[in-house]
Amino acid sequence: MGKKLSCDPYNLIIAGVGGQGNVLASRVVGDMMIHQGYKVTIGETFGASQRGGSVMSHLRISARGGFSPQMPKGKAHMVVALEPMEAIRVLATYGNPKVKALCNTRPIQSVGVICGDQIYPEKKHIIQWIESLCANAGFFDTTKQALDLGDSIFGNIMALGALAATGDLPMPLNIFKTVISKKVVPAKIATNLKAFGIGMELIKDKK
Amino acid sequence: MGNDAIARGALEAGVNVVTGYPGTPSSEIVEQLAKVAEESNLYVEWSVNEKVALEVAAAGSYARLKSMCVMKQVGVNVAADSLLHIAEYGTRGGLVLVSCEDPGALSSTNEGDSRPYAKMMEFPLLEPGDFQEAKDMAKWAFELSEDIRNIVMLRSVTRLSHASGNVIMGELPKDRPKAAFEFSSIPMDQMKGPILAFPTLVDPLRRRQLEKLSKAEKIFEGSPFNKYTGPAKPELLIITSSVCKLYVQEALDILGLWERVGLLKLGTTWPLPSKLLEQHLGICEKIFIVEEGTPFLEDNIKALAAEKAKQVGIKTFFGRKDGTLPPVNELNPDLLIKGINFILGESYQFVSDEYKAKALEIIAAGAPVRELTFCPGCPHRASFWLINSALKLDNRAGFLCGDIGCYSLGAGPCGFSTIKILQAMGSGMGMASGFGKLDKFGMTQPIMAVCGDSTFFHAVIPALVNAVHNRSDMILVVLDNSGTAMTGFQPHPGSPSGAIGTRLPVLDIEKLCNSLNVRVEMGDPFDLKGTRETMLDLLEDGGNPRVLILKQPCALSPIKKGQKMYEMAIDANLCLADLCGCNKLCTRVFKCPGLIWDTQKEKVRIDEVLCTGCGVCADICPAKAIKA
Repeated sequence: MGKKLSCDPYNLIIAGVGGQGNVLASRVVGDMMIHQGYKVTIGETFGASQRGGSVMSHLRISARGGFSPQMPKGKAHMVVALEPMEAIRVLATYGNPKVKALCNTRPIQSVGVICGDQIYPEKKHIIQWIESLCANAGFFDTTKQALDLGDSIFGNIMALGALAATGDLPMPLNIFKTVISKKVVPAKIATNLKAFGIGMELIKDKK
Repeated sequence: MGNDAIARGALEAGVNVVTGYPGTPSSEIVEQLAKVAEESNLYVEWSVNEKVALEVAAAGSYARLKSMCVMKQVGVNVAADSLLHIAEYGTRGGLVLVSCEDPGALSSTNEGDSRPYAKMMEFPLLEPGDFQEAKDMAKWAFELSEDIRNIVMLRSVTRLSHASGNVIMGELPKDRPKAAFEFSSIPMDQMKGPILAFPTLVDPLRRRQLEKLSKAEKIFEGSPFNKYTGPAKPELLIITSSVCKLYVQEALDILGLWERVGLLKLGTTWPLPSKLLEQHLGICEKIFIVEEGTPFLEDNIKALAAEKAKQVGIKTFFGRKDGTLPPVNELNPDLLIKGINFILGESYQFVSDEYKAKALEIIAAGAPVRELTFCPGCPHRASFWLINSALKLDNRAGFLCGDIGCYSLGAGPCGFSTIKILQAMGSGMGMASGFGKLDKFGMTQPIMAVCGDSTFFHAVIPALVNAVHNRSDMILVVLDNSGTAMTGFQPHPGSPSGAIGTRLPVLDIEKLCNSLNVRVEMGDPFDLKGTRETMLDLLEDGGNPRVLILKQPCALSPIKKGQKMYEMAIDANLCLADLCGCNKLCTRVFKCPGLIWDTQKEKVRIDEVLCTGCGVCADICPAKAIKA
């Protein structure tokens, strides 16, 4: 078993939109924790999600285990959002004054926004709202940096790098390497490691 | 994942034959077993539908092999006729039916609950309460089936099947059984006679079936999967099964009520272990029954409590029927906290009203609803664009009967609300067959139906045959996107390979339809002009069933490998916005997520992250501002 968790269970939510690699990200975190002896429950909402819907993974990380795959409302310790509007949606239900958030600022417009029925809020408002619902929030444009690596999908692993850099959960690089090597084809391992590294720097810059 | 655990349990039991039809949240079980089919000497198939899947698995059992059949809740309805007869006769090799159900309809069109089948058709039902139990009970289900020689149903739900947790694995068996079907003895010799459902045999078969059920009940009385936690004399007894156990545990943890409340968690929910229940019903006056789906446990426990009233006394029941829990939708720890507090008169608040009010305000201002939509480059968007505009041009109030798959979204804004009727698999075609015969009552509306390629084989063929034989006036549009796309590209009889990747003969939808002697046309949904002409011509050619097959692989299909057909670009000089008169046709009406209306520049632009380069929007733009 790794070190004692800051909270037990530590409640992490990874949120995004179908196609952003949310499910892989949550399983990577889960496997990294299990690798260190923790017990993890992951609840995922997907199925129809490839079709542009919201995707959310609830991770319950604990020394003892047995937690519900659906987190009780208001109980999140950390929200990692791959899309800014999803951060707001998740915080409104699972947030509390002590919650922290890490958020990709690149929007994915919903159909209602594309067709002009609804308005996607301005970035400055989104940031302000997220900050008002959190004790501490970090923002970055991982999509842009991921595109530089060749595919926007790497944004999910960058967000995990940022999560590792907060130090809230034990997520050392070597364990990431072990876990990711079993999850992706060998040709993609190096890029994923690079993405994780870029993610770690995103938060260091902030501090 | 819970589904991986179920697959592992089956492997540890020594399963030989695995069948199923894809459906969320069940599909991964068959997929995982297909991956190890070779090394574990399994026969794995994606069957044409759930009824055939169950029959193929039953054949395995009758040949003394261990067999498993996997489906989602609605599949059990499709398989029900065979299920009744299999349960009446019994089994030889272990036979387990896995039904993965979807309380809350997270990816279903219904909240179907198959548990009542176990009672109705008299076979045992198991409900694992966590990931370890999913593995252990899947294994045990085979042992139980071989013990009582009948089919056993293992019921999972989305929050178990699609959730993950720690599981300790067991050993894998090494034996390689030989298959043979024996029929040398008399029909009532279950292991060696012919398997016959004759009217004269029903009485002895049913008596034998009931003996199997009472044998199961005796086993259940001592099962470690039924467990009580709590004080000897609690103020409240909660009885639950399935993943609801985790919700109750979490609620009791949060409320700190383990010293006042008892929890009886049942893993075996039909037949109910009556002695065990009698013993626990006796310890408390207030009983709270926690379950998702229909009040199956609630009704059965109430009946048992009435039967045992002398021994256990008069009870007050709480559950879904009295409103302690909502009567529909899935449960969660919060609903349990509320329910338990309602019964005990306690209260609980974690987040302040002030924070909640602020959150609500922000949600209202800043979180537009994220409706489901077709993916960028999805051929269905183009297909529904074509069908919708053809029906409008035809101008006779024609309508489209829908079916189950991604294209069910054709009923929503992303499919231009083209589908007007949407129910079960295959029922779009069946209903179109019916509507197409109503001309004698003055109905003049043109009738169209859509189905996908997998659905065509699953349930549409009999309905199409019906329409052809009865000369129904309608058009079937087959949206052939080369796989069971919604559930993850599982193969079907039109695919060149099966579950484990072996090459198999392809059944050609066009040839099958041609063999029915009806007009069959082919089209590409991305060829808007050509396909529109075909569609309008088909609409005018009334009187008989006609078939249009629109072929274009799914945008996410492994066949496409993420390759763009076109690199899309906008000619900003040609996009005139409000001056154009198109009223933003591309984004306002066509609504592809690969397009963005730039409100600053008042021009359309391409989202380079999402666009898959299908080129359809270039054909839609009247000003030719979108270039392929």
